[in-house]
Parts: sequence; structure tokens; C-alpha cells
Amino acid sequence: MSEKTSFLSSPRWNPYMVGAAIGILSWLVFFVVDKPLGMSTEISKWSGATTSIVAGSETVSDNAYWAETTPKFGYSTIFLVTTAVGAFISAVLSKDFKVELVPQVWADRFGPSATKRYIGAFIGGILLMFGARMAGGCTSGHGISGSLQLAVSSWIFFITMFIGGVIAARVLFPTTK
Amino acid sequence: MSLPISTSSTGGLIVAAIAGLIFGVLLHRGRVTDYNVIVNQFRLKDFTVLRIMFTAIVVGGIGVALLHANDLASFHIKPTYLAAVIVGALIFGVGMVLLGYCPGTGVAAAATGRLHAIVGFVGMIAGGIVYAFTYPAMKDGFLAIGDQGKIRMTDITPVPEVVWWILLTVVALTLFKLLPKAQKDSPGA
Repeated sequence: MSEKTSFLSSPRWNPYMVGAAIGILSWLVFFVVDKPLGMSTEISKWSGATTSIVAGSETVSDNAYWAETTPKFGYSTIFLVTTAVGAFISAVLSKDFKVELVPQVWADRFGPSATKRYIGAFIGGILLMFGARMAGGCTSGHGISGSLQLAVSSWIFFITMFIGGVIAARVLFPTTK
Repeated sequence: MSLPISTSSTGGLIVAAIAGLIFGVLLHRGRVTDYNVIVNQFRLKDFTVLRIMFTAIVVGGIGVALLHANDLASFHIKPTYLAAVIVGALIFGVGMVLLGYCPGTGVAAAATGRLHAIVGFVGMIAGGIVYAFTYPAMKDGFLAIGDQGKIRMTDITPVPEVVWWILLTVVALTLFKLLPKAQKDSPGA
């Protein structure tokens, strides 16, 4: 990979610059639309929409959780979809778009089986969203948007999820090479 | 035009699209759409995630605090339910290592061709369904334990807002200095 890549085509930007830009993006959304950055509430609405298709809309409207977080198309739906679009454009411009079945760190530990990786990813996804909904937010809603408002719940989330992740990494990836 | 504009207005939806596009580009170029970078953060081998998050918190927080002090922004504090936030965060941390993404970076990674991130996104939808159906049973019991309301660090400590931001800036700069240099040989680069 050439080191002489332009800013637009460079697949990696300085993490401090990226962090500062996310911080400035937070100013803008607080100021312009009075809404912090967040992702997991929207995904739980997709859970509701899926349930509505599979089990009928009564199942969703009768549910106490979805009664409080009504699944419907709106601001956060567009935010989720365009986050994907932004990452896609960025990946194409930097020639980083690639079909990846099994990432390297996983393969080093668990082997090249895509099925195994998919099972891990699926269970991981279940735990991730279950935990996010229980805690009331994810890495963006709690970790960044909540912590930057000095919210007590968000700092507890940030520190606890990091500790939980480090312990999980010790168990799942015990070799210290 | 008066601010803030409604999130359900056309203007609000345009803001959502602009913010989403920028967020997606930043997550990708910050390399947190890379499974290896996220898992290696929890293995304490690559500190990209902490660098990005801490910088975002300090830069974002000082700006939002200034906006708030000038009545140009409102806070949106999530309530503190001690049991739910602690247990939820632990489950989230385990899930993040197993999947290798959080919800936002997972969505972004899925769009860069990482098929396992798409599987993870389907898992997230399933996890949301599991939560919705277990919620009624937990609502008045476990989830209500340790309800502290919508509190900020300035409510539970005698430390004023300004001092918090000076402290957090010092902590962040110290942390960045102490953290090992970025691994050039980090896999997946």
C-alpha cells in the first residue's frame, strides 16, 4: 500500500482528528436538531418492524417496550441508513471495500470457518442489542453523546462496558502473543 | 428560521442524512469499522477506539457545555438505573468483543463488504426482539433497581462544570501520552 495517498483516498485518518470531528458533529446536531447522536434505539425499532411483519402488528402494539419506543420511519432511520452509505462511499474512495467473511484476528484464534464466525457474530449481535436496550444506549448514545453531557449513567456504561469487554477478550483470546 | 428545527420536518430529515453521511465516513476512516481494530482495543493491543472516543467526548462536551451555557442547546440525560446500566453494559461489552462491532460501527462495517457484520446486524435485530419480549417481566423489578433519575456528574460531586472539563482534558491528554503508539502491524490495516 502506497504511503503517498491523498487525504480523500487515505484509508486511515488520524484518530484524534476523527474523534474531534465526531465531537464537532455533536455540537451541530445538539444545536440544529436538538438530538444527540445515537444508534441502538433505531435498531430496536427495526426489531419491532421485523416482529410486525412476522407476527402481526398487534404483537408489537401490545408489547410494553415497543409501546414506549414506537417503530416508525423518521430521523433516526435516515441517520442509520446514511451512516451505512457514508461508510460505503468512504470505503470505495479509499479502495477498502472488500467482501470479508472472516477477519484476521478471529481466524488466528478460531480458524478460517465462515460458519463459526457467523455464529459468533450472530450471538454477539444479540448480546450487544440486549445489553444496549437494558442499559438505555450504546457506544454512541451513551458512550459518546451521554458521556459528553457528563451524564452519570453514561459514564457508568462507558467504564463498565469497557471492563466487560476486556474480561471477555481475556477469555475469548487467552493467548498473549 | 429558528433553531432547533424539528427532526420530523424536511429540514430535520436532511440534517439526519448529512449527519449520517459524515458519521459513516468518520467511523470508516477512523478504522473502527475494522473488526481487528475493535477486538484489539479490548485485548489492549490497539488504542484507536479509546483515542477516538475520548477526543470526541472532550471536544464535543466542551462545545455542548458552551452551547448549553448560552441557551443554544438542551441536555438529553439518560436516567440512571444502576442495576440495568451496569448489567446491560457488561452484556454489551461481551457482545462487542464477540461481534467485533458496536451498533454504529456494525452498521457502517456492513456497508464496506464485511459480511459477518451483516450477520451481526441481523443478530442485533434479534437481540432487540428478545429484549422487547423480556422487558415486561423485568420492567417493575430488576430494571427499576437503583433509580437515581437523570443525574449529571455535577449533581453528585461538588466539582463544577468548568473544573470537570479541565480535569477531563488533562486526563485525556495524559492518557494519550501514556498509551502505546499505534501499531503499524495491526492486522487488517
